[in-house]
Amino acid sequence: MSVDGIDTNRRRFLTTTATVVGGAGAVATSIPFISTLSPSAKTKAIGAPVEVEIGELQPGKLKTVLWQGKPVWILRRDEKTLEGIKSLDADVRDPSSDEQQQPEYAKNEYRSVKPEYLIVLGLCTHLGCSPTFVEAEDGASHNLSGWKGGFFCPCHGSRFDLAGRVFKGVPAPRNLVVPPHMYLNDTKILIGDDSGVLS
Amino acid sequence: MSTATKYILVLRDWIDDRFPLMEEWNKHAGEYYAPKNFNFWYYFGVLSMVVLAIQLVTGIWLTMNYKPAADLAFASVEYIMRDVEWGWWIRYMHSTGASAFFIVVYLHMYRALLYGSYKSPRELLWIIGMLIYFTLMGEAFFGYLLPWGQMSYWGAQVIISLFGALPFIGEDLSLWIRGDFVVSDVTLNRFFALHVIALPLVICGLVVVHILALHEVGSNNPDGVEIKKHKNANGIPLDGIAFHPYYTVKDLVGVVVFLILFASVVFFWPEMNGYFLEHANFVPADPLKTPEHIAPVWYFTPFYAILRAVPSQLGGIVAMGFAQALFFLLPWLDRSPVKSIRYRGIKYKIALTAFTISFVMLGWLGMQAPTPSYTWMARGFATVYFLYFLLMPLYTSMDNDKPVPDRVTK
Repeated sequence: MSVDGIDTNRRRFLTTTATVVGGAGAVATSIPFISTLSPSAKTKAIGAPVEVEIGELQPGKLKTVLWQGKPVWILRRDEKTLEGIKSLDADVRDPSSDEQQQPEYAKNEYRSVKPEYLIVLGLCTHLGCSPTFVEAEDGASHNLSGWKGGFFCPCHGSRFDLAGRVFKGVPAPRNLVVPPHMYLNDTKILIGDDSGVLS
Repeated sequence: MSTATKYILVLRDWIDDRFPLMEEWNKHAGEYYAPKNFNFWYYFGVLSMVVLAIQLVTGIWLTMNYKPAADLAFASVEYIMRDVEWGWWIRYMHSTGASAFFIVVYLHMYRALLYGSYKSPRELLWIIGMLIYFTLMGEAFFGYLLPWGQMSYWGAQVIISLFGALPFIGEDLSLWIRGDFVVSDVTLNRFFALHVIALPLVICGLVVVHILALHEVGSNNPDGVEIKKHKNANGIPLDGIAFHPYYTVKDLVGVVVFLILFASVVFFWPEMNGYFLEHANFVPADPLKTPEHIAPVWYFTPFYAILRAVPSQLGGIVAMGFAQALFFLLPWLDRSPVKSIRYRGIKYKIALTAFTISFVMLGWLGMQAPTPSYTWMARGFATVYFLYFLLMPLYTSMDNDKPVPDRVTK
């Protein structure tokens, strides 16, 4: 179509083409800006697995190590503690660990590879605060009645038992996360890597 | 006319031939006609700009000594406080400025609730203002991480975890926001960039847009009548007076009084007993240990109380989002033909009173450690808070409003 010697079709075609090509360029340009905010190669490398010596850990004691900058708890549990965990099945939200909060090899009564050692991330599943380890006899000082030992989150009052299972009626929706890990030998574990472990 | 004045006028004309200096001045000051009946509530717009200027200047000066790195940040703030000449003053100006900003902005917004300033034709003006408020909340949140104290760290951890609770995308989104598996040096570095460059630019831009929109539609006033309806032969509103010199001089007095109050806080109560600078933030960030009691700074606590009041995790986040987003809808929720509280019926007055009490009480509850009775109180006040918005179309359309005068009353 031509109006007053102006080819409007040609004009519309050129405008549309320039807009589409320019728009595609603008969209493509947004990719590096978005990607650069993702974890860098260095950050991922720092997130590499960590080896932990657990031979020295006494029963009932908690050891905290850092993996990917997150606190990881290693708790050594005795027979009495394990009995106590069994007795709480009715009070916790997900007693048999049906939700994917642990690798397959930790999906059991005590949420661990070996019942003696609990290995969980020390971050509350509600909003990521780090709960406090409260032993059975200290329950009263945190206003916890009938406390058999466990973890208490100071931020919003969530409670977990000594298998990292969340109690009913607290804000945290899920059990504590069991990170991928494996035993290198009887007293040494590797946190963050479980390659070679059959699930 | 003195020689000096003559040269200044020559210079002005020289500029005017090349730049619309006098044209813009007249449009926005010398011949901008504002209603003659402004009262106390009309100080908080200009005070917001004063605080913005304080934050920009002190912020620039802080960056000269602050180091945005996890292993240096806390110590660099202490260095500013102890070793830099007048460093403590710059830092206290900035930290007090943060709280002052929210005080004046909340009062500025409350003025709009009192006098219906969000109603037609000022809906867009209100929305631009709400965008400034949202950006300001982001700015405050990013800035709060920078001192790298315990509250900085765990506050950021909790707020970023809110995004992590969103279904499907949550985990990846929070990883992307942090740039790391936890709040870390990487997070601190990018929050610094957002706090000192990105969001201040956005805020300044939005403030310009806010004022342009205001000067397009004209200011509301305590009577909520449109002064543009009655103009004299020259097209000047009969109830309007020129912004300059009348309101520039009035504002000058308000600004001086404000600065006296501001300075007394900076010099005598900079921590405001933990309300402006929280005690736990004088301890360096420790990723292994959460403080016994964590709460946001006072200006976020009403929304934090709503978050905690809802028993479900996602539900709490959604409720908190709605508590803020509902403000955007005010121009359309309010069906009353009357703008000002002076001529509103009893229903709106009751609703606004209940809302005010709820907002203040939620703010207080958000600072307390949660107990069952506090949680139930928060649920009650949160319900009132939401009903103020959700029932607004009902109670404003069947209110016994009074007749509105044709002209402003004094």
